[in-house]
Amino acid sequence: MELLSGAEMVVRFLRDEGVKYIYGYPGGALLHIYDALFKEKEVTHILVRHEQAATHMADGYARATGKAGVVLVTSGPGATNAITGIATAYMDSIPMVVISGQVASNMVGTDAFQETDMIGISRPIVKHSFMIKHASEIPEVLKKAFYLAQSGRPGPVVVDIPKDMTNPAEKFEYVYPKKAKLRSYSPAVRGHSGQIRKAAELLLSAKRPIVYSGGGVIMGGASAQLTELTKMLSLPVTNTLMGLGAYPGSDRQFLGMLGMHGSYTANLAMHHSDVILAVGARFDDRVINGASKFCPNAKIIHIDIDPASISKTIKADIPIVGPVDSVLTEMVAVVKEIGQAPSSEALAAWWKQIDEWRGSRGLFPYDKGDGSIIKPQTVIETLCEVTRGEAFVASDVGQHQMFAAQYYKFDKPNRWLNSGGLGTMGFGFPAAMGAKLNFPDVDVACVTGEGSIQMNIQELSTCLQYDLPVKIVNLNNGALGMVRQWQDMQYDSRYSHSYMESLPDFVKLVEAYGHVGMRITEPKDLKPGLEEAFSLKDRLVFLDIQVDSSEHVYPMQIRDGAMRDMWLSKTERT
Amino acid sequence: MRHIISLLLENEPGALSRVVGLFSQRNYNIESLTVAPTEDPTLSRLTLTTIGHDEVIEQITKNLNKLIEVVKLVDLSESAHIERELMLVKVKATGAQRAEVKRTTDIFRGQIVDVTSTVYTIQLAGTSDKLDSFIQAIGTSAILEVVRSGVTGISRGDKVLSI
Repeated sequence: MELLSGAEMVVRFLRDEGVKYIYGYPGGALLHIYDALFKEKEVTHILVRHEQAATHMADGYARATGKAGVVLVTSGPGATNAITGIATAYMDSIPMVVISGQVASNMVGTDAFQETDMIGISRPIVKHSFMIKHASEIPEVLKKAFYLAQSGRPGPVVVDIPKDMTNPAEKFEYVYPKKAKLRSYSPAVRGHSGQIRKAAELLLSAKRPIVYSGGGVIMGGASAQLTELTKMLSLPVTNTLMGLGAYPGSDRQFLGMLGMHGSYTANLAMHHSDVILAVGARFDDRVINGASKFCPNAKIIHIDIDPASISKTIKADIPIVGPVDSVLTEMVAVVKEIGQAPSSEALAAWWKQIDEWRGSRGLFPYDKGDGSIIKPQTVIETLCEVTRGEAFVASDVGQHQMFAAQYYKFDKPNRWLNSGGLGTMGFGFPAAMGAKLNFPDVDVACVTGEGSIQMNIQELSTCLQYDLPVKIVNLNNGALGMVRQWQDMQYDSRYSHSYMESLPDFVKLVEAYGHVGMRITEPKDLKPGLEEAFSLKDRLVFLDIQVDSSEHVYPMQIRDGAMRDMWLSKTERT
Repeated sequence: MRHIISLLLENEPGALSRVVGLFSQRNYNIESLTVAPTEDPTLSRLTLTTIGHDEVIEQITKNLNKLIEVVKLVDLSESAHIERELMLVKVKATGAQRAEVKRTTDIFRGQIVDVTSTVYTIQLAGTSDKLDSFIQAIGTSAILEVVRSGVTGISRGDKVLSI
């Protein structure tokens, strides 16, 4: 039995839990823990330049691996700066453990220096939170935090530690707890077999079936099972923004993303389907458009680990609560056992219809113009080509995010890192850093815009310190593109605060931070520029690409309409 | 429709705030709320009443169940149950009114638990409807102060909410 202080227990626990990197920023309430970290060799701390970036880095790691990212922030402003990142993880069900320092217990509630009620502030955006009441409970509470963050429907967990709990003078017996005990928490381990059978039968009787899968398939590690079932039954499949990569993006059965900026083909196929197999998706408002007009003829099978996601916005005909991997495995087995295939005649007619919708111009056709100006869509297509569709792509939020989702063909899960639920500008760059740190041999791109990148641009400094050669692909249109698109479409092009005067010279800026900057303005320089950037394996390269500022993201669903109601260009609608 | 949701909650600091926070966060409505520790001091029993369509109530119970500190939950109004609310009422009691108030209290099987020369304090337990009726019968002009505990309840028969 070893005697350790609270601070030492925090660090030792992280090592015993197998945590390699933690992301944070020191401060008064954490100094005992940072002193313990100083002596620790196996857990590496990454010093960010702003706590929000620490949470997004941890989040990028979690999205890329499925394991909880770990954040260490001090009390007061350190904790509040982490809030946006915690909310981002919460909305997308990303496992994360946030350890926040707190003022000493006897000061809590006195409006002490750098005191904030972290438990209270974070309450609506965490899966759960703990405040340490006695130093000896640190290992057990941290074990519970990791277990909760990573099991069931994952999410962020906050552990608030008052400074006196980490006092180096007070030592306690330390044992690494192998299991967390929680009597009131038992996420489903398998789905209801009767329901799975009913679902399989419904799917086999369908004439116009479609698979609609979301981020739950990525986080639930069920990409292989989803692909097997989809292939086996020759089903068309669409992914949500969060679900891209769960099914190979370059496969013929893939219809592209669905929803507000989903493909014409995917949205029409959804609308006309008779059976929808929804897996790890939550019928989000950005997916379903007007709830009352959603897919009028479809029976819905909904598989999700979270019962509260089922029948929340759209009523499920066959709800199945359970982990998506085990439910899909069982469904594959049941389908094989039944030994029937869906009517091949009906399916052939359905595919014929889908191929008609798809046409010959690809899932997301766009006007390539006269070749005098770089189109943002072309940048993503070229990026996909240059990285062979195998890079980790982190994105910020706005038009560039939608272009990345539409034109980068993700063939593997966990490669697309984006803030789908909260829509956090400033997410992409730190998330890319988190991925690069943990996958140094894989290309990592951050697709961003001149608005988003400035929300965490200070992390260029962190990248120099820790040698994180991510490639920043800045689609610079000199405006907040998505805001401007809405202003074009709904506010007679009154560009209220959607353009940016006095943009920095990004090339000089990244050079000042010790990195490589490249400006690309001519279409002919695009591919060579991207190739050169990715050939500089050990350098961070910032590609400032001047793109067409008049471009809109299409399709765009018409508000409160059905899935099929879309603008297809500035002048054309369904 | 009005529902009475009863739950066993870890008796820990912050647990109640998560329950209450959930209601404001998700735009649900709480009509009444009572909470106290049970015979097992690690658990609290919480009873709340809320009004909503079936779909809303379903989401409320699902989201309550998701809270880590909620150990068990039952919607009492889904089956036979007993519900009670306790009320203390301070009423003007002078002259002829004194006898009238006493009579009404007896009819409702209440008790006068405190007496001064001008005021009766009445204790009454029952369903919320019964308490409403009592207030109506006494008349609001005579009432000085009302305090109600909020609804608490328990299932009829063998059904129990325990771990």
